[in-house]
Amino acid sequence: MKTSAPVLSIALLWSGSALAGEVQVAVAANFTAPAKQIAADFEKKTGHKAILSFGATGKFHAQIKNGAPFEVLLAADTTTPARLEQEGDAVTGSRFTYAIGQLVLWSSKPGVVDDSGSVLKTGAFTHLAIADPKLAPYGIAALETLAALKYLESVQSKFVQAENIAQAHQFVASGNAEVGFVALSQVMKAGKITDGSAWIVPAPLHQPIRQDAVLLDKGKTNAAARAWMDHLKSDPAKTVILSFGYTL
Amino acid sequence: MPDSADLAAIRLTLELATVTTLLLLLFGTPLAWWLARTHSRWKRTVGALVALPLVLPPTVLGFYLLITMGPEGPIGRLTQALGLGLLPFTFPGLVLASFLYSLPFVVQPIQNAFETMGHRPLEVAATLRASPLDTFFTVAIPLARPGFLSAAILGFAHTVGEFGVVLMMGGNIPGVTRVVSVQIYSHVEAMEYSHAHWLSGGMVVFAFVVLLALQSQRPARRS
Repeated sequence: MKTSAPVLSIALLWSGSALAGEVQVAVAANFTAPAKQIAADFEKKTGHKAILSFGATGKFHAQIKNGAPFEVLLAADTTTPARLEQEGDAVTGSRFTYAIGQLVLWSSKPGVVDDSGSVLKTGAFTHLAIADPKLAPYGIAALETLAALKYLESVQSKFVQAENIAQAHQFVASGNAEVGFVALSQVMKAGKITDGSAWIVPAPLHQPIRQDAVLLDKGKTNAAARAWMDHLKSDPAKTVILSFGYTL
Repeated sequence: MPDSADLAAIRLTLELATVTTLLLLLFGTPLAWWLARTHSRWKRTVGALVALPLVLPPTVLGFYLLITMGPEGPIGRLTQALGLGLLPFTFPGLVLASFLYSLPFVVQPIQNAFETMGHRPLEVAATLRASPLDTFFTVAIPLARPGFLSAAILGFAHTVGEFGVVLMMGGNIPGVTRVVSVQIYSHVEAMEYSHAHWLSGGMVVFAFVVLLALQSQRPARRS
């Protein structure tokens, strides 16, 4: 039997990818930009390919419980990875904090948000975008901040809830919501806030947004998944994480 | 059991579907009449435009509505100039989105009904000296009744079933833009499955009843 050239090349490609390996990573929406950069470095360094999916942490939890093919979860909180470990869906002892998030009040226009967030007090806006607190830890942090400042009641009627922090950013970026609580990593490039105006919410106003990574059960035997976890702890990855405004 | 948030979502959805259907019948009827009668070279272009939402993913519609209704978009500028503010995250904004989204479901059945009717009844009415307007209301509309019923049922049901567009430009505000489909989505994502079941089961029953009603619109002919 003759093997045609296309079949052969497909076979070669196939074996090539099997050697290099792939890892499916569920990434909290706030970590989108750094994750892409880290994945590119990861592929260069190890040859493994990371396939990234972005969304709300709560949503990923539901999907993982229902058999989603994710091998690693980079959550926006600590409770979801801990719960997955407890429920037997994640590898015990694989959890670690890869970043501590920063919440910002942001407007796409300059001059709307000053460096003390006084726009919350004046209420000079029609819509305030937040991520759904039921699904997104940044949404919970936004509620805690408003409660701590005692503005929760006065601004609650102006909430527009986004499915995740990426959509909250999109609502504000398109100007449909004048202000919104987003992640610093979404508006920061190379250590600077480039667009609009922002107030970095002081850390004591809400519970720290510790973001944990965990190796999921599906990735237990995948060398690429383990390599991804190691790479995330490495200094080059940490440098990327810090450049997006996270602390560690 | 459905809680008060679920009931609010149901009420809002019915309100949205009712307002949208009424507006669609009001504006869709003249459009369907024109499409059925005209020999204009624009007929095909307009017909294709009306049918666009049948083919486009709701994400395309939602994305462009969010942009065009925003402060820098043409619709946004118009509504701001008129002192109406911005439409995303508002009930009127959802009505406009649903109007566009369900337009073909209302225009096409009415247009078909007008086309099947043919010229004959209108010519007869004209020989009896009925004015064109009189003919339209006393001859054309009664003859096209099944088409109108189908259009109303489909327009209403399709608006109730709307999801992607609302998710993209609604902002999930209780009582304003949180419709049943979005509420179900939130329940499922938060793993509140029993709540999701109540609403989802209700939607299945609703959809079945609607389709049954639509079937009964068809004459029970056998080939």
